[in-house]
Amino acid sequence: MSDQNKSLDPRIARLELPQGESIVKPDEYWGTFEVFLQEKRGKFHQHVGSVHAPDQEIALVFAKEQYARRGKCVNMWVVKTTDIFAFPLADEDMFTTTPDKQHREAGMYKVRDRIQAYQEREKKI
Amino acid sequence: MQSLKNFLYTIADDNLILGHRNSEWTGLGPVLEEDIAFSSMAQDKVGLAYQLYQLLHTDMGEGHPDKVAFARTETEFKCCQLVEYPIGEYDFSLVRHFLFDHAMYELFSMLTTSAYPALAQLAVKVRGELKYHVLHADTWLKKLGNGSEESKARMQSALNYAYPLALGTFEPLEGEQELVQYGYFEGMVVLQERWLASILPVLETAGLKLPVNAEATFGGRKGYHTEYLAPLLKEMTEVFSIDPEAEW
Repeated sequence: MSDQNKSLDPRIARLELPQGESIVKPDEYWGTFEVFLQEKRGKFHQHVGSVHAPDQEIALVFAKEQYARRGKCVNMWVVKTTDIFAFPLADEDMFTTTPDKQHREAGMYKVRDRIQAYQEREKKI
Repeated sequence: MQSLKNFLYTIADDNLILGHRNSEWTGLGPVLEEDIAFSSMAQDKVGLAYQLYQLLHTDMGEGHPDKVAFARTETEFKCCQLVEYPIGEYDFSLVRHFLFDHAMYELFSMLTTSAYPALAQLAVKVRGELKYHVLHADTWLKKLGNGSEESKARMQSALNYAYPLALGTFEPLEGEQELVQYGYFEGMVVLQERWLASILPVLETAGLKLPVNAEATFGGRKGYHTEYLAPLLKEMTEVFSIDPEAEW
């Protein structure tokens, strides 16, 4: 490819970095923040994604345009990803029997029959 | 009313031209998130210009917004020279965004009580949007002003360069007295005072200093522009000019 045809678009022509080992300094790499968005006052903030940012203030500035430029939003939170304490993915099996435990749902109890019978009686009247 | 028309063109042209300029960063911004934020704010500016051209069209019998934006000659544009300058490096673009958006925020805060109801209504609507633009600009200015030696020096020299141009935003308008008299707008002198009062505390926190004895670059409001406007207009109107009567 001749120089004349070389694209100026950095997505195509990558920056010519010096050969050899590259060392990323701590302040050259931004960490991530998780973004939580509240659609309406009183509703929960819900996780919508993440942003790269050098600190929480910039994270909030970025979060607004990444996640709240189209839909409804009244407030946002950002939390450093590393501050989120989570179960290891390998522990997913702790949750496997949850769908089987129907005794934890009100619909499972005998009284349900009586409620249904009552509702049908009411309907007839 | 000629003075009101002129005033609306002035604000609309500032926003259209800077919106177009700033959109040149799209795809090339320093990081993905900033690219999206900056592009989105550029879009807001074009949108604001459109709404002002729309007012001129429906309330004052001026041409359709597309025609007004894409079919006027260079000397018919009322924009200040600040918005015409090329995007340069990100330091200049950020400082210009800081200086200009503070002026817009103060202007539209002022216009919420304008005696022209449609303009007051528009001002209430866009003020929130401009509040974000100012937050974005202030956050970066403080970070970079207090960052490394290089970032501080770059911000200071961009400020030295952009400040006289920014003062040109407040060039007296034709018929300004009439606007003040009718309560449409409080005037450029008051606006400049409020603008200074809002940028100074941020500059102080950022450790940046306004250049002394800066002289305002006037001319834009009277149709005298820099060499940079003509090429911008040529590019911006390229598609429109192929077929001005096309229906979109």
